[in-house]
Amino acid sequence: MDKSMDPTTSASSSEVSSAALTMFRLSSWLKSPRPYLMLIGFAAVLAFWFFSVEVWKLPRFVDMPGPTEVFTEWFSKEPYYGLSVYTPEYYKHIGISLRRIAFAFFLATALGVPLGLFLGWSKTFREFIFPLFELLRPIPVLAWVPLAIIMFAGSETPVIFLTFLASFFATTLNTMLGVESIDESYSRAARCLGANRWQTFKHVVVPGAMPYIFTGLQISIGVAWFSLVAGEMVSGQYGLGYLINTSYMMIEYPKIIIGMITLGIVGYTTSAMVRILGDYLMQWRVRELALGDN
Amino acid sequence: MSTVITEQATDTVTEGAIRIEDVVKIYDPDGAAVMAVDHCSIDIPAGEICMIVGPSGCGKTTLLNAIAGFHDITSGSIHLDGELLCGPGQPEAVPGSDRIVVFQNGALFPWKTNLDNIAFGPMMAGKLSKQEIYDKARSMMADAGLSGTENNYPGEVSSGLRRRVEIVRALMNDPKVLLFDEPYRALDSLTKSVMHEALLEIYYRNKVTIFFITHDLEEAIFLGHRLIIMSSRPCKPKKIVEVDIPHPRDYSVLTSQRFREIMNEAKDVVHEEAQKAFDAGEKEG
Ligand SMILES: Nc1ncnc2c1ncn2[C@@H]1O[C@H](COP(=O)(O)OP(=O)(O)O)[C@@H](O)[C@H]1O
Ligand SMILES: [Mg+2]
Repeated sequence: MDKSMDPTTSASSSEVSSAALTMFRLSSWLKSPRPYLMLIGFAAVLAFWFFSVEVWKLPRFVDMPGPTEVFTEWFSKEPYYGLSVYTPEYYKHIGISLRRIAFAFFLATALGVPLGLFLGWSKTFREFIFPLFELLRPIPVLAWVPLAIIMFAGSETPVIFLTFLASFFATTLNTMLGVESIDESYSRAARCLGANRWQTFKHVVVPGAMPYIFTGLQISIGVAWFSLVAGEMVSGQYGLGYLINTSYMMIEYPKIIIGMITLGIVGYTTSAMVRILGDYLMQWRVRELALGDN
Repeated sequence: MSTVITEQATDTVTEGAIRIEDVVKIYDPDGAAVMAVDHCSIDIPAGEICMIVGPSGCGKTTLLNAIAGFHDITSGSIHLDGELLCGPGQPEAVPGSDRIVVFQNGALFPWKTNLDNIAFGPMMAGKLSKQEIYDKARSMMADAGLSGTENNYPGEVSSGLRRRVEIVRALMNDPKVLLFDEPYRALDSLTKSVMHEALLEIYYRNKVTIFFITHDLEEAIFLGHRLIIMSSRPCKPKKIVEVDIPHPRDYSVLTSQRFREIMNEAKDVVHEEAQKAFDAGEKEG
């Protein structure tokens, strides 16, 4: 292994930058069998899709568009159904979905993290908020749809509200668990060293809960997409969920698949961004884990 | 003998005398009263390395926590330099940087670099400028042989090194007392012996009172001015052994005649109490 990249050698590499660490992880990832297994996985699914629809023509797959049709449409300059990477319409769907996600995710984080921190930190606060929270949490997003439409004007706010809901619960809950997970000796040590309550909160509770907070944000962004699509299917204009739903009703089946694959790619990208942000904010953890891997 | 040791210990140290008087601690989780400390009295002169030796679950940590201010005591009192820490009217001591705990499993903040950990206490106090604090932190790290690890996170360095960082973090606050709760328990015996010498070296440079819990008799005799051997639960001093081997000590002490004599003197009592604890099925809290 490249010595200069190795975070275990103490003095010389104590200044390992986060970029170097990312490179280090990337290169060890490429050296592991994981990327190749991943490619094989993708190839297998594509092959199954191709054979079942286009070669064997299995009975339940009659109406299913094959990969050739989908990819030709997707990358066509003059798409038959009017949607491809060359049409502005395509980006409008993506853009609008992303904007809704951004709003909802930001709101869920801005409210959920502080709420979770206080729930974990103050026993009294938890005692009167948490039961209510636990009662609302299991209600599926879809059950909120009618209320969301009644409560909020227009078509945009209900969708954002629905997207926000599940994210908010995931973030709050994980943040609270994060605070509870902190070893008592850290706050004791802080008090020994003269930290007051507020300093302990800032220097122990917040950073100590950070790993759980980011686990929560990973889940949060995932459920945000889930709820967004549900919301877009019943309310709103544009967006990938809307695209999938209307394409179904208009019997433009290749567009369904294009919408789905796009959703997968965009969703994965947003969750990767959350992970990268987490790594950036928790260098200590990245370095500990990098150490554990070797 | 004892006067010699006391003089030796208090030579240069004027602060940090602990007086534990008749302390009782009864845990009462859901009505099942557990007596952890029973009318325990110990007098520790300023600057002494006082080793608390006793079987697992006897109540050593409980006593330490009472001094540190992590929980209350049921009755009795604890004074530091004549000032009441806890006792009548004040069941729980207020934690403070005059008494700093070095924890059993270590409590360096994993999210702060070694340097930031060491600077933590003075930064919280806010009495010195950041520049002054970090200069002092760097020079204390250098003195303790920790140069080069300033920007490492605790998780990146060996556990032996972490312990040293933690002690330096405590010393940054000029504490009167260091409270150790079996800090070297998880270390292998070779690392341990290095840590013992390092601790003594730090102690010779910064004389503070040390209240050190262990169940390793060799460690206790090597480090301590005095051993307080505790009974099995509830904990109270069963036997006090003076270690009249002069400081500064190094590892050659371990093979000396006197060391073996003290070992023999202490061993029987320790073994007897350990046996009692074992028969009672004690486990640690
Ligand atoms: N918070 C607590 N509540 C109830 N019992 C406790 C608590 N902490 C410790 N104990 C009990 O008190 C006894 C002494 O524990 P401890 O002081 O941790 O022992 P030691 O440090 O000597 O191993 C044990 O029997 C333990 O089970
Ligand atoms: Mg203990």
